[in-house]
Amino acid sequence: MKKHIISYAHIKQNQVSVNGTIMFSAAPSTTLPEFLTELYKSMGISYPKFHKMDALCKLGILCTEFALKDTTFLADNPLNKIAVVLSNASSSLETDRRHQQAIDDKSNYFPSPTVFVYTLPNIIIGEIAIKYKITGENAFFVSEKFDAGLLVSYTEALFSEQTQAAVCGWIEVDNGAYEAFIFLTEIQENTNKNTNFKPLNQLTVIELYNQTIWTH
Amino acid sequence: MDALIEKLKGQIIEQLNLVELKPEEINPDSPLFGEGLGLDSIDALELIVLLEKHYGIKIEDPKDGKTIFQSIRTMAEYIKAQGKS
Amino acid sequence: MSQHIYITGLGMISAIGNNVQESLASLSHSKTGIGKINYLTTRYKDDFLAGEIKLSNKELADLVNDHNPELNRNSYIAMLAAKEAVQHSGIDTSDGLRTGIISSTTVAGMGKTEMYYKDLFEKNDHLDVLDTHDCGDSTERIADFLGNVDYVTTISTACSSAANAIMLGCRMIKNGLLDRAIVGGVDALSKFTFNGFNTLMILDKEWCKPFDENRKGLNLGEGAAFLVIESEEALKKRNGKALAEIIGYANANDAYHQTASSPEGYGAQLAIEQALQMSGLKPGDIDYINMHGTGTPNNDLSEGAAVKAVFGAHIPKFSSTKAFTGHTLAASASIEAVISVLSIQNGMIFPNLNFKTPIAELGIVPETTVVKMPVSTVLSNSFGFGGNCSSLIFKKVD
Repeated sequence: MKKHIISYAHIKQNQVSVNGTIMFSAAPSTTLPEFLTELYKSMGISYPKFHKMDALCKLGILCTEFALKDTTFLADNPLNKIAVVLSNASSSLETDRRHQQAIDDKSNYFPSPTVFVYTLPNIIIGEIAIKYKITGENAFFVSEKFDAGLLVSYTEALFSEQTQAAVCGWIEVDNGAYEAFIFLTEIQENTNKNTNFKPLNQLTVIELYNQTIWTH
Repeated sequence: MDALIEKLKGQIIEQLNLVELKPEEINPDSPLFGEGLGLDSIDALELIVLLEKHYGIKIEDPKDGKTIFQSIRTMAEYIKAQGKS
Repeated sequence: MSQHIYITGLGMISAIGNNVQESLASLSHSKTGIGKINYLTTRYKDDFLAGEIKLSNKELADLVNDHNPELNRNSYIAMLAAKEAVQHSGIDTSDGLRTGIISSTTVAGMGKTEMYYKDLFEKNDHLDVLDTHDCGDSTERIADFLGNVDYVTTISTACSSAANAIMLGCRMIKNGLLDRAIVGGVDALSKFTFNGFNTLMILDKEWCKPFDENRKGLNLGEGAAFLVIESEEALKKRNGKALAEIIGYANANDAYHQTASSPEGYGAQLAIEQALQMSGLKPGDIDYINMHGTGTPNNDLSEGAAVKAVFGAHIPKFSSTKAFTGHTLAASASIEAVISVLSIQNGMIFPNLNFKTPIAELGIVPETTVVKMPVSTVLSNSFGFGGNCSSLIFKKVD
């Protein structure tokens, strides 16, 4: 029985890398909202709810979609045994500011319920759970920077209980700056399933996180 | 009434970020929730904000939304009945 | 379960008291802490009730004995509750054992940030306040305040946050990463929260009525609560005394909607069932359920359905204590964990205030007066936006 990372996706600097290879690239001058819309269109999926989400959730959904692409992850693991473990540094600060601006505007006071809903960072976990019908356990950590050790040790602890697979990563948006890194990991009975799979440990996660050579 | 319905379509698309939808694709009589446009409970709250923002109508009990927001036509009729169009 | 996790210290501050003793007095005299808003500045001051801590920021600063301008209401109350828990347990964080602090919050320093918001973004003034805004800050403050801490982390999963902080603490101890942990959550009231929950139209203008047919919504509250949990070995080493044991926990996602719970309470059922499974108990072994019971039409119906699905016709005695404290969001699960332990220690089930009529679809009736009886096992539910459902099971120490 081994714990493997079977796929990973990384989005930053208006580029998307899947398993280390850049798959999509937008002009460096593209703003985050434009980039997210462009990326969504490029994927040829129809998910009208996407447009209601805040940037953090849009980024998280797209990165997860890329990581899942061409895998049998959702079919191979019982949906109630798949965990979602995410983290970032700025929590939901980007959307917190929008809500704060709306309630500070005394002459035009119309705070939006939709905006308020996204003032919690773990709503992205809810969105991933809803889209892929994942009902396993979940956690959202706020830490200063990408912490491979935290994600790996927590996921290992989950694997020692009921969890059999996990969607893990980092999804950060603050003041237009952003980054998303998602990896899929699972317990495998048959260790020879795919030789390209990487073992789940802190060093490997750091290596995969630093693997992509960004072209801009 | 038709003018109000057209105006509402645009306002709803904007308020609810229904960017993949064009006004002419919305049937004013089809249900807003469930099947029809597939709106949910948060969208209903956004529609309450829309009524207050654009028409000065305040709804205190979210349960009232159930009858008002059946379709775009029932919304328009409600706005008319309030004398706010 | 291979390893025991013992609770050895409790700390709590909320609308019903500034410490555990005061809280117990309010609970056992059916005395709510929810009332007119006196401390928070908000446009809704006269429209809604709230469960406020009955201390101003100045009084809190005096209690903590720190007037550092970087501190805010959130960090003050977190520090007070964490300190109480540590003193109660008698642990010495400098004895060489590994101690962790795992805290949860949703609003963090929002209360203070919003006071200076205009200055911040218009004049770039008060930039020091920004340092206290991120969710991790209040946890770091507790760590600095207590000293000698080996591990610090912050969880943010909405209203089930503190349950997840408790679970993480248990796991880290079981996996040998820590010997003990101070686990819990904190959320101070803020305009941010009030305005936000008001847009969701789930605030009751009167006292909240959990599990009542005519419930209209929740009352917001504020608070902080922490528990000291230790491994059996750590406890033996210092010859400490256990108050109760954590024998089961689980978390699941409802995968239904960002804020609404599914009609059948699917995620809640999964959490309760898996927590029971870990504890080795059968549904009939539970003496008392401290429900999430916010008083919103959606939560209570969904949670009630989940409990009926798991327990069938034999639902244990249950109540929601949110009509005492208000809904304290990221602190609620740890406040209710403290209440669960008090229930076990004192042989008392605390009432579900303001209940009159059962929900027609459910027909279930909570306890409405203080019940004195031996309590060995308590199930505590906590659910949050984002579909996050957690259940914890506490057991009396033999």
